[in-house]
Amino acid sequence: MNVLIPTPLLDYTRQSPVAAHGATLAEVLADLDARYPGIRFRIIDEQNRMRPHVRFFVNGRAVHELTHTLTETDELAIVQALSGG
Amino acid sequence: MQDPSATSAPFNPSTPSPPVILVATRKGAWLVHGDAERRRWRLDGPHFLGHIINHLMLDPRDGRTLLAAAKTGHLGPTVFRSTDLGATWREAARPPAFAKAADGNGRAVDHTFWLTPGHPSEPGCWYAGTSPQGLFRSEDGGDTWTPFSPIHDDPHYLRWMGTVQDGTPDGPKLHSIQIDPRDPAHLYFAMSGGGVHESCDGGKSFAPLLKGLEVVEGFDVADPTFHDPHCVRISPANPDRLYQQNHCGIYRLDRPGDTWVRIGRAMPAEVGDIGFPMVAHPRDPDRAWVFPMDGQTVWPRTSPDGKPAVYTTRDGGESWQRLDAGLPREQAWWTVKRQAMNADALDPVGLYFGTTSGELWASTDEGANWTCIARHLPEIYAVEPAHPAPEAGNR
Repeated sequence: MNVLIPTPLLDYTRQSPVAAHGATLAEVLADLDARYPGIRFRIIDEQNRMRPHVRFFVNGRAVHELTHTLTETDELAIVQALSGG
Repeated sequence: MQDPSATSAPFNPSTPSPPVILVATRKGAWLVHGDAERRRWRLDGPHFLGHIINHLMLDPRDGRTLLAAAKTGHLGPTVFRSTDLGATWREAARPPAFAKAADGNGRAVDHTFWLTPGHPSEPGCWYAGTSPQGLFRSEDGGDTWTPFSPIHDDPHYLRWMGTVQDGTPDGPKLHSIQIDPRDPAHLYFAMSGGGVHESCDGGKSFAPLLKGLEVVEGFDVADPTFHDPHCVRISPANPDRLYQQNHCGIYRLDRPGDTWVRIGRAMPAEVGDIGFPMVAHPRDPDRAWVFPMDGQTVWPRTSPDGKPAVYTTRDGGESWQRLDAGLPREQAWWTVKRQAMNADALDPVGLYFGTTSGELWASTDEGANWTCIARHLPEIYAVEPAHPAPEAGNR
């Protein structure tokens, strides 16, 4: 599936969107991390929690669980707030 | 504290190379290269523009490995590593992170705050302190990190660490990781809040080291929760001596004693003894420097009366002298954070501090005279003078 990468994470992927695969959001993030080592820890903490100000949208709808199921035709957008000074 | 004869300095003061000042800021890092006379300075940077760099350290054992503790906007924390003095960087394969809790409610590292190279007898070993308070160790030059010591799971330590409600504005921190140069198994760390702690068994156990320290009036001085050490330094010249800048004054501790003495009582009353950085002389155990700030009422965290000055002691804190030649005489409302003042290894000692307003100041005569060597940088978080190996390159 296509995964849209926010600009703060382009140091890892160098492009957006990128392709990744998996039957759940957790699997897709694991696949992304295998392709781009380190990217997962920047958005998911060591307790498997989504980091504050990072959001995931599937086909335009927000998802909040790493167990959310996905299909190959879905489009995943990783969004990171740019708030702050 | 075994093998006291095995004194081993982290660098060779007799032949240090020209200094490179490692400047970590709220929006990136700079390497400020000095010439042999420390008269001309050249800025290399920004590295990691826009990333929060809390600490940038050179490994004094190889003179070439740099570690940078980074956090980027709302992204999770990481550590970057360079082995060519910043020409190229590579991210740590496993940055500091707490163990996963079975119930998923465990702590998560918000940022790595402090980096300390390990003992010279343990090449590749590094320690990291984080926010919230965690102690981590790497044995491969900073590439992979693991939780270190039992404090993360100790109910006493977890209580002493408090919550984000108790910590500094950008999160409670573990800092001031100090290794006894005579014994790699003897180490100290400090927590804001949570007090000063010591291990004599290589981190298998730690114990508070609080006797003599004061806390804010009305709180229990026996409870580590209420202790707020700002910066602790072991004297390289006499590792039995520790200096501490605390929320409640400046202290000295001479081991094997266990009672801190408030040497800040000798500071001028109109200046006080509140501040953040603490610097120990590399060769004279009686010499140290502090940078007082206004800690009255609401804690403005500015130079007292807008007149910045370094204060030094030459007698272990019995007396203090003001050092402000070259610094602004008035209307300078910045201050210096806990990691943002340090000394080089040259003779006479060079001192450097970075300000909350983004200025980098240097003295090549142990603080007697000061020159601003860089300005208009972002808010400076840490300043670490380093002496790279000659073959490490001079970018």
